[in-house]
Amino acid sequence: MKKKGPFFELAKGIVKENPVLVLVLGMCPTLAVTTSAKNGIAMGIAATAVLIGSNSVISLIRKFVPDEVRIPIFIVVIASFVTVIQLVMNAYFYELFKVLGLFIPLIVVNCIILGRAEAFASKNNVFLSILDGIGMGIGFTLTLFFLGAFREILGSGTVLGFNILGESYSKNPMLIMILPPGGFLMLGLMMAFVKVFTEKRK
Amino acid sequence: MIFLLIFISAALVNNFVLSRFLGICPFLGVSKKLDSAVGMGIAVIFVMVLAVSVTWPLQHYILNPLGLAYLQTITFILIIASLVQLVEMILKKNVPALYHSLGIYLPLITTNCAILGIAIDAILKKYSLAASLVYALGAGIGFTLALVIMAGIRERLETADTPAPFKGTPINLILASLLSIAFMGFSALVTV
Repeated sequence: MKKKGPFFELAKGIVKENPVLVLVLGMCPTLAVTTSAKNGIAMGIAATAVLIGSNSVISLIRKFVPDEVRIPIFIVVIASFVTVIQLVMNAYFYELFKVLGLFIPLIVVNCIILGRAEAFASKNNVFLSILDGIGMGIGFTLTLFFLGAFREILGSGTVLGFNILGESYSKNPMLIMILPPGGFLMLGLMMAFVKVFTEKRK
Repeated sequence: MIFLLIFISAALVNNFVLSRFLGICPFLGVSKKLDSAVGMGIAVIFVMVLAVSVTWPLQHYILNPLGLAYLQTITFILIIASLVQLVEMILKKNVPALYHSLGIYLPLITTNCAILGIAIDAILKKYSLAASLVYALGAGIGFTLALVIMAGIRERLETADTPAPFKGTPINLILASLLSIAFMGFSALVTV
């Protein structure tokens, strides 16, 4: 693989290698928590924090970890960071903790995090790994925010709690968008849109 | 009776894939061929029941009495990872054909959120051990059902004329959306 500058490692996660829309990783939290824009941001930030932490630690220990047992070790590192986030959220953001519920411990099995550990942090130095974590995290958070915002606008007429489409819409919204089928549908449409956009630029 | 309700609720009403969004990665990844979908489904049912039968006693007899409940995430994921390794070894030895068709997706069961999800959810729901096992069985069968239906439709979709931007994952997500609407028909069938 060609060596690229630090800026590239930071920026690639946002559009070019967007973890959700292009690499199709981490679908479960993406679909499950994006019933509103706020939940999407919260999930994105929690996952980003874990990703930055795990990427930096895994990059630090990459020379001492025997190749055969690297996956279990990576998982333990990730699980430790998730436990930290879980405790912090329980203490300081209890409302969000209750809403996201099951999906906070499930950050452990978010394919993005193990994927980046395996594909990037285990091969690169700490500085680049942290940048990679930040970039991927921003890409993930932005995707979750937009998906959550679109679903929230159509499903309840609001964004982050502000009414956008007026009272009459809020009384009779497209409820299906904040129900499970809407999540699949909206993500499918978003992916198709991104594909059109990126293919035109080629 | 309560077991039957839990089973139906987990398999149909609150289908793990289509209404709770757990296990989407294998749902999209392994649903290309009907054979491997069935194999993956069976592997997931097996690992789910096995995982719950280990994690439930662990939580109630070791972590809770010692006040170590915060270690739940770490211990559960380690147990699931070793169980998956075990299933992989058994399959490799006894059913090599299935082992090869599942390919890279078998190790990925470890990062299948449905498995960790069911282990934690059974604890959160405060089910007894027997109820948790029924819950795991129902959820696994629900997962397999969704996966097999999806694979069946996708085999036909291969030959269909899909608009270029929707080729691949987007059309599959829209397909999943329609399936999810169909499964919404089960809602309010039972409430547990």
